[in-house]
Amino acid sequence: MENTPIAKEMTFKEPRHQRLLELRSEIPARIYWGAGAAFFALVLILWLLLTSFGLVPALFLPGPQAVWREFIRQVSTGILLQDASASLYRIMLGWIISTLFAVPIGIMMGNFKFFEGMLEPFIDLMRYMPAVAFVPLTILWVGVGDSQKILILFIGTFFQEVLMIMDNVKGVPRELIEVSSTFGLSRFEILRDVILRYAMPGIWDTFRITLGWAWTYLVVAELVAANVGLGYRIMRAQRFLQTESIILGIIVIGLMGLVTDMLFKLAYRRMFRWMDRKG
Amino acid sequence: MNIPALELDQIWIKFSPARQAEVVAVEGASLSVAENEFVSLIGPSGCGKSTLLRAAAGLEQPNRGEIRVDGRRMDQPGADRGMVFQAYTLFPWLNVRENIRFSLKKSQLTAAEKEERVNRYIHLIGLDGFENSFPNQLSGGMRQRVAIARALVYQPRILLMDEPFGALDAQTRMLMQELLLEVWESQRSTVLFVTHDVEEAILLSDRVFVMTARPGRIKAVVEINLPRPRSLVTLESSAEFNAYKRQLLDLVREEARLSFAERGLE
Repeated sequence: MENTPIAKEMTFKEPRHQRLLELRSEIPARIYWGAGAAFFALVLILWLLLTSFGLVPALFLPGPQAVWREFIRQVSTGILLQDASASLYRIMLGWIISTLFAVPIGIMMGNFKFFEGMLEPFIDLMRYMPAVAFVPLTILWVGVGDSQKILILFIGTFFQEVLMIMDNVKGVPRELIEVSSTFGLSRFEILRDVILRYAMPGIWDTFRITLGWAWTYLVVAELVAANVGLGYRIMRAQRFLQTESIILGIIVIGLMGLVTDMLFKLAYRRMFRWMDRKG
Repeated sequence: MNIPALELDQIWIKFSPARQAEVVAVEGASLSVAENEFVSLIGPSGCGKSTLLRAAAGLEQPNRGEIRVDGRRMDQPGADRGMVFQAYTLFPWLNVRENIRFSLKKSQLTAAEKEERVNRYIHLIGLDGFENSFPNQLSGGMRQRVAIARALVYQPRILLMDEPFGALDAQTRMLMQELLLEVWESQRSTVLFVTHDVEEAILLSDRVFVMTARPGRIKAVVEINLPRPRSLVTLESSAEFNAYKRQLLDLVREEARLSFAERGLE
């Protein structure tokens, strides 16, 4: 069809050139991604300029070259791998334990007013308590080992995650539940085959977002009594005024968070194809 | 003495929202639908017709009165009463075939029988070739056709429809009404149909129940004695059709005016 003689003979006008800053309109992909890459480059150049002409003392802000050298040093000594794997282990464990509790409890709260009434006031209170304030308590409770770090990550993640999962579950349209009950499905079957199926993409997004938050709690978790980990490395570097090590640590945490985020997004697109099927 | 397929006997439904005055939605409404009869329920908006239908489905608990299916009292939703809603209720993660098959989950049929029946209903609603499409690839009319097939395929004793074409544009609506007529005339099932569209009610029904403004009671019952098979095109020019239309519109308008005067613009 696409090669009908008529189509060949006809001349087509190019669509009117779209302004770049048209309200809510699409722009070409290469401009979209190019702008992102250019901004990164801009930040890097500014950083380079600020530091190489002595505008900012190296103690406050070392140049990218110094951070790069620190990166090479930490990679060659194996410190970075050691820190990163220790931190990754803590984050994954803290987040997985949080998720293991948040999923069933959030589902109960989202479906049964009884559990919502019972637990929401308490959780609302807890989630405003700063995780960092729990550091002394957690040391008292579980000592100074890995479990203390995992507990802090749990506290920082769980109370937000459970409420978000409750909301995911509540987002299932009432008619969908009602129509299922007219097929003779039991409450449990509706929960499993309808509510959870519908809420799954939202819950998966909650996983992605809360795992991101867990990364931001890492430094707090490794604040005290750690001897390995990306957060610990940052705290230690502060003591010895190794600014380049601090910056390296921040960048590595950011990148690892970004990678986990992208993995979750990728899996989302694989798992929930039905979400974006368009006619 | 024939027992009606569906009986709503002196139904009262009150809502008491928190910190608000109690609302009586339905006040002692009774109606019955005979085996293989198509009955419509019309009334001004907010009159409680949908609430009454939801009670018939078991989705709303009446404060007084009884709902009986074949003479047996019912107070919960069940596979004996299928429902089609106005809102789209297809499962977005399932394609057309899987959506229709979903309602057969609790059926005793073998897999092959289910397959055969799903195919039959896909054909009946004219969606051959769309078996593997997902709901968000379908138009509104197609989605409602799937919803109807899904409610018919497990052959419930009674089909309850709550303004199923209310969200569709006028053209699609007309086609859907004709499709439903065609399906109903070939399958003959028992239907209770809620609508605010008088023409739709006349076209489809054997009897039309008119409700009063809130609190909803049954105001009148009109038997539609028009020969079947019917079609909107031929009916529109018929004198009987227009007489029914005049009669029902007068009944509904009277109530609409009353509720409008009482409550103003809500």
